[in-house]
Amino acid sequence: MKRATHAAETNQVGRSVPRLEAWQKVTGRAEYVHNLRLPGMLYGKIFRSTVAHGRIRRIDTSAARALAGVHSVVTAEEVKSVVPEPFYGPAFHDQPVLAIDKVRHVGEPVAVVLASDPHVAEEAVHLITAEYEELPAVYDEVEAMTSKAIVHEALKPAGTFPDLKHLKGVKNTNIALDFRLRRGDAAKAMAGAERIFEHRFRTQQVMHTPLEPMVSVAECTEDHLTIHTASQSPSFVRIEIARLLGWPENRVRVRVPFLGGGFGAKLYIKLEALVAVLSLLTRRPVKISLSMDEQFFTITKHASTFKIRSGLTRDGRVVARECEVWWNGGAYADIGPRVTQKSGFTAPGPYDIENVAIDSYALYTNLPPAGALRGFGIPQLVWAYESHTDLIARELGLDPVEFRKRNILREGRPQATGTPMRDAAIEKVLERTAALLDWGKPFERGSGTLRKGRGIALGFKACIANTTSLAAVQINADGSCTVYISTVDMGQGSDTAMAQIAAEVLALPAESVTVVHSDTDVTPFDMATLGSRSLFHTGNAVKLAAEDARAQLSKLRTELGLPADCAVADVFRKKYGMRAGSVTGVGNFIPPYTPPDANGQSDNATPFWMIGGTGVEVEVDTETGRVRVTRLVNVADVGTPINPRIVETQLSGAAIMQLGFTLFEKMLFDGEGQLRNASLAEYKIPGMLDLPPEIVNEAVVSEQSTGPFGAKGVGETATFGVSPAIANAVHDAVGVRLTELPLSAESVFQALQRR
Amino acid sequence: MRRAIQFTLNGERVEAQVASHETLVEVLREDFGLFGARESCGQGLCGCCTVLVDGTAVSGCLYLATLAEGAKVETVEQGAELDAVQEAFVERAAFQCGFCTPGFVLMTRQLLAENPDPSDDDIRHYLSGNLCRCATYPEIIEAVQLAAKKRRPQ
Repeated sequence: MKRATHAAETNQVGRSVPRLEAWQKVTGRAEYVHNLRLPGMLYGKIFRSTVAHGRIRRIDTSAARALAGVHSVVTAEEVKSVVPEPFYGPAFHDQPVLAIDKVRHVGEPVAVVLASDPHVAEEAVHLITAEYEELPAVYDEVEAMTSKAIVHEALKPAGTFPDLKHLKGVKNTNIALDFRLRRGDAAKAMAGAERIFEHRFRTQQVMHTPLEPMVSVAECTEDHLTIHTASQSPSFVRIEIARLLGWPENRVRVRVPFLGGGFGAKLYIKLEALVAVLSLLTRRPVKISLSMDEQFFTITKHASTFKIRSGLTRDGRVVARECEVWWNGGAYADIGPRVTQKSGFTAPGPYDIENVAIDSYALYTNLPPAGALRGFGIPQLVWAYESHTDLIARELGLDPVEFRKRNILREGRPQATGTPMRDAAIEKVLERTAALLDWGKPFERGSGTLRKGRGIALGFKACIANTTSLAAVQINADGSCTVYISTVDMGQGSDTAMAQIAAEVLALPAESVTVVHSDTDVTPFDMATLGSRSLFHTGNAVKLAAEDARAQLSKLRTELGLPADCAVADVFRKKYGMRAGSVTGVGNFIPPYTPPDANGQSDNATPFWMIGGTGVEVEVDTETGRVRVTRLVNVADVGTPINPRIVETQLSGAAIMQLGFTLFEKMLFDGEGQLRNASLAEYKIPGMLDLPPEIVNEAVVSEQSTGPFGAKGVGETATFGVSPAIANAVHDAVGVRLTELPLSAESVFQALQRR
Repeated sequence: MRRAIQFTLNGERVEAQVASHETLVEVLREDFGLFGARESCGQGLCGCCTVLVDGTAVSGCLYLATLAEGAKVETVEQGAELDAVQEAFVERAAFQCGFCTPGFVLMTRQLLAENPDPSDDDIRHYLSGNLCRCATYPEIIEAVQLAAKKRRPQ
């Protein structure tokens, strides 16, 4: 693990640099908040609601308080003494630090026990009792549109993000956001269409299950607060905690080391507001570590229903598409409204359709909250539109690849928002996916009870806008380089990629660069690590900062009369007469963006497009319904890869995660909103034996002209097409169509019985 | 009630005062500052808490610390240098977030001790009790194969 420090002789980008933190991770020494213990620290354990919707009549904490070793028990009453209006959230200020007056889902935090010994705190939680007056509840996203059960009596928009500024407070509805897009005249075009197809698809609620469960620690002095947290959004945490407390931002410090997985679960506020309040109440450090089962009640992926209708000409051109999407946001909006809008506008798929109507609804229900999960709504949409596309091709007797080619959104053509497609290798991704699947060649279809089929699917995603990243790049007196960013490395390899970008500009070996982890007292603002935005946004900011540092050095050389090739250490020695000093370059990156108008139209809806194609071969056991994916092809437009090995790992990792969401993962609720499988014993995630025997990953040759060295984000792209590709392959193998995820053996078997 | 137990930890004789309900992973963390074995699912299903006791992998989140009395306990922190397995994990980029990595490293060591030349299928079955939510499985299989190669006498 020796690290070179001499000037780089080769390119730093485009090279599979081993991850900077490799040694720490393979020796178990990487820093996680999970490991953190502070002197005098109290552990908090949460008492949670047992009903899905109810008014809190009484909370009895007396027995818990009386237990030996218990420091205190905290309910909303105590919380209000520190924060009079203790409601948070990125889209709506709808989520209380601890339940106030009402509970809105099973598992909602109601009280916290604090003790020096976590076992004592846990025991005391079981001594708390609460009485609720149960209220009618709503669980289904479509029913929530018209249900008499209202989850929130009044809606309070947060106004935090510019793209969510249009949210208005409304009363007596479960609709948190209704996004609308109109392009051309879908109704008229539909009326004139020669063929019309309509289908309805559903997805299930699932959970990220990061193996490091959510964890936060807060410590305070009289007027300063430090939060150590496993968070993907340290800058947001600082702003939101400062807002809740009414403090200036410089009195709230948020530190984030490595994350043991995130996938969108560790965004915005999760445990941070709670530990902050508890630390201020007790004036001691407080740590809350969720157990795996508690994570299921904290944040999830939206269940959804998508009604899609297409009008076609006789020769297979889609001339109109109507999309109605209902997103089950659970009891608190979290970032659901943004999913509804940002993903909603891609609902017609990567096709060139003149007449489009989209209605996308974020709905409150009495289930655990839903937010971002690797793909930000896109996998739900692609599931529907690519299943729909395949069904249409079958009906028209067209080859599915040929049918897609006929309708594909080509470079320069306007997408449904009106934004022209730029640097979007849609056709190339489709072609490579088909080629790697040997699409045109004969295919062995199996026999007896084992039938084989293959399927293909193509998806795309816009990157979140309007967002900002800042970076600082410091050149030290010996010429070494330190990068300061608030991007969080949760496993995606951002530290290494950012080091490569800085190293490329400064002609240093990437291995010699140090990346400082998020610490809001030290590292500059970054919107958040989400939605595959960091490599593009923070990467551009790091590149700008490194260029700034390089320019400052160059100016110094000129001022000191030194030659252009003078070593950095000699520049500083000449300037200061000793080994001293440093230069710091800064980069501030915010791409252009045009907010959508009332019809969802914008000439610049996204800084870049992500394109993903999936091809699969499956084997279906007609006696059991079991689907086995025997070959998985992931093709993506990632621009020009900064680190090809990490790109490949991201592609296959994302696809395998989505394989779990496709074949078996599902949160099972009973009729009262009780979750029946909140543990890895009953909620299965993919393991080694679920791995397809053959996985092929390919990043097509492409360039994102606005990205750092031609690169763009990659973390989500391979999730897009997995679910519909498998459903299409199952249809190909055994002739049955499933319209609801997951494609479990049971559901396939039942479909086979109905055939 | 706490009682003293003695055991060998990564080659060193140690003593700890443990309560009857404390698990091995808690004692490693609280008494010895070792964080490589980490509790995740809490049910012995994910492998993140893997510890070797007398050469056999156990789930440290379920294994009561008192049972380690007199045993030889090994964690991923053993040794100052990377072994062939760790080197292979680095070279094949066989981790992402790293939270599950110590468990995979220890299980791979045990696998290669039993079976120095495992097939792809052997690896999948032997490591099926270790979960990686980042799904770095293809790279881990490659790393195990590389580690096996590195360990074979040249």
